[in-house]
Amino acid sequence: MSSVLFDVPGPEALRRQRRASAITIVALVVLAALALFKLQTEGQLSGALWEPFVTPAYVQALLEAALTTLRVAVVAVALSVLFGAVFAVGRLSDRAWLSWPSALVVEFFRAVPLLMMILAIYLVYGDGLGKFWSLVIGLVLYNGSVLAEVFRAGVNAVPRGQSEAAYALGLRKSQVMQLILLPQAVRIMLPAIISQSVVALKDTSLGYVIPYEELTSVGRQVSIEFGNILPVAIVLALMFIVVNYSLSRLAVWLERRMGRSTQTASELDTGA
Amino acid sequence: MDTLWDSRQVVLAAFGQTLGLLVVAGLGALVLGTILGAFRVSAVPALRAVGTAYVTVFRNTPLLVVFLLIYYGLPELEVRPPQFWRATIALVLYTAAFICEAVRSGVNAVDSGQAEAARSIGMGFGQSLRLVVLPQAFRAVVPPLANVLIALAKNTSLVAGFGIADATFRMRGLINNNPGDVYVIFVGIALGYVLIVAVIAFTARGLERQLAVAR
Repeated sequence: MSSVLFDVPGPEALRRQRRASAITIVALVVLAALALFKLQTEGQLSGALWEPFVTPAYVQALLEAALTTLRVAVVAVALSVLFGAVFAVGRLSDRAWLSWPSALVVEFFRAVPLLMMILAIYLVYGDGLGKFWSLVIGLVLYNGSVLAEVFRAGVNAVPRGQSEAAYALGLRKSQVMQLILLPQAVRIMLPAIISQSVVALKDTSLGYVIPYEELTSVGRQVSIEFGNILPVAIVLALMFIVVNYSLSRLAVWLERRMGRSTQTASELDTGA
Repeated sequence: MDTLWDSRQVVLAAFGQTLGLLVVAGLGALVLGTILGAFRVSAVPALRAVGTAYVTVFRNTPLLVVFLLIYYGLPELEVRPPQFWRATIALVLYTAAFICEAVRSGVNAVDSGQAEAARSIGMGFGQSLRLVVLPQAFRAVVPPLANVLIALAKNTSLVAGFGIADATFRMRGLINNNPGDVYVIFVGIALGYVLIVAVIAFTARGLERQLAVAR
C-alpha cells in the first residue's frame, strides 16, 4: 500500500515492515497473555461470573433492555431530524427575529453537556414526563442541535446556481427552500443522519444516571447481583460495538453510493 | 438568584474539578491519540491494524460503558487508583480514539505531492514526516482537535454519575436542595460550560489563523 507518506515498498522495505509487523504481533500476544493471566489470577474468568450470559432469564432481561435502548434511540433520532430541520430553516431565515433565537438555541444545546441536561430535565419535569421522555427530550435537544448545523451546512452546500435558477423562474423564497434546496440537502445529508444516530445510540446509555431501565442500567443491576462488572461491561461494549459498527458501515456505504459528501461520517462524531 | 451566589465557592470548586479532569485527560488523550494516529498512518500493516482496532472499539462503545469497565472494573483486578484517576483513565481511553482520527485526517489532508517531493529529494520516512508532512498536518488538525476537546469538556460531566463532585454533580445537589431556584441554577452552571467551550473554540480559531498558510 502506498500513501502520502511512503511509496510502494521495495524488497528491503518489505523485509523491514515484515519484521516490524512480527514484533508488533509478538507484543500483542504477550499483552493479551498478561491480561488473561491477570484476569485468571483475580478469578474473573470463573464460570460463575459469566453464567448470567447463558442463563435464559438474564439473557432475556438484557435483550429486552437492548430493545428499550433501541426504542429510545429511534424515537430520539426521528424527533432530532424534525428538530434539526426546523432550527436549520429558522437559522437560515432572512428574518432576524427567527434566525437569532434559532442560532442561540442551537449553539446553547451544543455547548451544554447532555448528561447535565438530562439530569436537569428529569429533576424538574421528571414527575410529569417520566424517565423515558426525560431521556428522549435531552437526546433530541442535543442531537437535534447538531443535526440543525449539519442541515444548514447541507443547504449551503447546494450549488448557488440551483437557487439562482429557481429565483429566475419566479419561485418565492419559501418555494426555493422547500422545492429546490431542502430535497437536495437531505439527500446529501443522509449519511450524516445515520452517523449521528450512532452518537444518539451511545448517548442513550446516559439514562444510567436517572436511572432509566436501558441496557447499561440493567447491565449494572446484573453486575451488582453477580459481582461481575468486568464481564458485564465487556458484554455491553460488544453489543454496542456490533450495532454501531454496522450503522457506521452503512453510512460509509451510502456516502460512497451517492458519490459525494460534504461532511464525512468520521468528522461528525467527535465523541460527545 | 441567591442560591447560586451563596454557594459560589462550592460551584467554583466544582468547576475546578471539571477543568482539572479536562486538562489532565486532555493531555493524556493527546499523547495516546497521537501515538495511535502515527500507528494508523504507519507503513507497517500490523501497527495499522492495531490503530484501526482501537478506534473501532472505543468509538463504538459508549463512554459510560468505558466508565463501568475502568471505574468499577479496575478495583476487581486489585488495581486501585483513586477515583479521580480512574475517571481520568476512562476519559483518556475514550477520547484518544477521536484524537487518533483527527490526527489521521490531518495527515491525509496534506497534498501527496508534498511528500512525493520530499522523497524525491532523498528524505526518508522519518524526515519527510517530521519536516514536511507533520508541520502542514498540524494546521489542518486544529479545528477537528478543538471539536474533540470540546466534546471532552462536556464528557467530564459523566463523573457526576460516579461520585466525583464536578459541576454537574453540584448542579444536581443544588437543585435537590433548592427546588425553587432550578432555572437560575441550571442556567448558571450551563453558562460555566458554555464559557469553557467558548474559550476552547476561540483559542482554536486564533491558532488556526496564526498557522494558516496558503495551500
